[in-house]
Amino acid sequence: MEEKKYMNPYLAGVLLGLLLIATIYITGRGLGASGAVKSFTVGIMETVAPEHTNNEIFYKEYSGDHAGSPLMNWLVFEVVGVFIGAFLSGLISNRLNLKLEYGPRSKPNIRIVGALFGGLLFGFGAQLGRGCTSGSALSGMAVLSTGGLITMMAIFGGAYLFAYFFRKFWI
Amino acid sequence: MGPLVPDVVGNELNFIVALIIGIFFGVILEQAGFSTSKKLVGLFYGYDFTVLRVFFTAGIVAMIGVIALEHFGLLDINLTYINPTFLWSALIGGLIMGLGFVVGGFCPGTSICAAAIGKIDAMIFIVGSFIGVLIFAEGYPLFEGLYKAENWGNIRVFDSLGMQQTVFAFILTAFSLFAFWMVSIIENKVNGIKKPAFRFTPYYVTIGAIGFILSLSAFVLTERKDSLQNLVSDKEFVNNYDLKTMTVDEFAYRIIKGDNKLQIIDFRPLEEYKKQSLPGSTAFTFDNLFEKEPSKILRIRHKTNVFVANNEYEERQFAIIANRLGFSNATILKGGLDSFNKEILEFDISSVATTKQESDTYRFRGKASSIIPVLIKENKSAGPVKKTQKRVVGGC
Repeated sequence: MEEKKYMNPYLAGVLLGLLLIATIYITGRGLGASGAVKSFTVGIMETVAPEHTNNEIFYKEYSGDHAGSPLMNWLVFEVVGVFIGAFLSGLISNRLNLKLEYGPRSKPNIRIVGALFGGLLFGFGAQLGRGCTSGSALSGMAVLSTGGLITMMAIFGGAYLFAYFFRKFWI
Repeated sequence: MGPLVPDVVGNELNFIVALIIGIFFGVILEQAGFSTSKKLVGLFYGYDFTVLRVFFTAGIVAMIGVIALEHFGLLDINLTYINPTFLWSALIGGLIMGLGFVVGGFCPGTSICAAAIGKIDAMIFIVGSFIGVLIFAEGYPLFEGLYKAENWGNIRVFDSLGMQQTVFAFILTAFSLFAFWMVSIIENKVNGIKKPAFRFTPYYVTIGAIGFILSLSAFVLTERKDSLQNLVSDKEFVNNYDLKTMTVDEFAYRIIKGDNKLQIIDFRPLEEYKKQSLPGSTAFTFDNLFEKEPSKILRIRHKTNVFVANNEYEERQFAIIANRLGFSNATILKGGLDSFNKEILEFDISSVATTKQESDTYRFRGKASSIIPVLIKENKSAGPVKKTQKRVVGGC
């Protein structure tokens, strides 16, 4: 069966906007993603090296801000939902298949290294910037947070700034 | 009044809510095409601006929605998470994320989406993001200075720029509409499509009209505080507004009796309140009326809420605002505290009554003028209204 076409971007945007309003109204906070990665990382480290996490300041500050287990976290539940939702959506639209995607002039091993380093940079940057595209840029825009809008401009501005140097990865 | 967490939606239920919201989030992202890196980075090479369209449409809709919820008193913005602003970490973190975007082809949310439908590159990206977080965590002492520098607090952008919220919302909406138009032209050029970017088909006309209405709605939805303050700046309106009143004598009588149905809401400045306040009275401010937790005491049933201020005109202003906000049982003290002080506390015992009724009143006032000052001294007042709820913890 053929893959179904993607949704109209403006319609998807309106739906996403309405979801974000509902989220803010119900929970008082916005959407997010990178925070879940942080919670998982802290959770893993606390299990693997409890002595280490008891001494390092980052983990101490984290447990100061978040009571209970790092996995009993709003964003962890939300991200599990994202995974389920995306899977269901892919199932309905016939887009489920194991595949490594890369640009026409790129190669699989370049793509693998690129994805690993890109993820690393994004994970690091999202910690420094207190949130990623969802948690800081989008949710920050909804509540008109100055920091959120600065992060948004920096993410997209930065991407345009560096895009030229990595054009062979994609086009 | 929102947010519904934690009193309407409990903390456990909130996790279920998170899961459901996440499912919708995942479906929307995947259906929009955010599950393939080719579509995501198209934005940076000009061949596919889906990300920009979805992102800005969602941002504008949510922004106007939040403004509307606040305007109609459905959301207490003081309890809502406003991403804190740390200038340098926001800027440098953002630039690093931008680099990660063009190198890796995803952002964290979209990588989860893409991994869910089997994209191997997305799974590798997620592994990479774990390593990135770990590096930050382990090297935290090195980055802490930068991370915490230039803390501006939970500031909002229109305050930073010194403009009204509505004006900023309008500018941002207009800018987005313009961007949608521009990127369509660029996209067609890059992809070699000759058709004009926007044609007068019902589809484009509808989208344009909705966008236009949204941008104008920003002006209708003025900040509630501003519009109500504007309303009570009209002297004639304030003086003719029908409000429940209480005479100073009844007020004094109820205080002496220790009537527990009486709730005195004191709107004087806090310094004056601290110097001297009536027994059982609560200090309240204009802002408290709009806040979820403080305004609860005005909703307690079978209570008579008497709004007091130095003069009746101020009392009227606060009571009218309270009425408009849905607190129907606001009563004002006739003549204000000025009159109460003059007629009761500093009652001139040598006043000569001419009628029977007057002599009864004067006798009462004479008695009250000796009892109430003692009550004021003895009784501790309730102090400023309590705010137990704090801003929701959010962010990543």
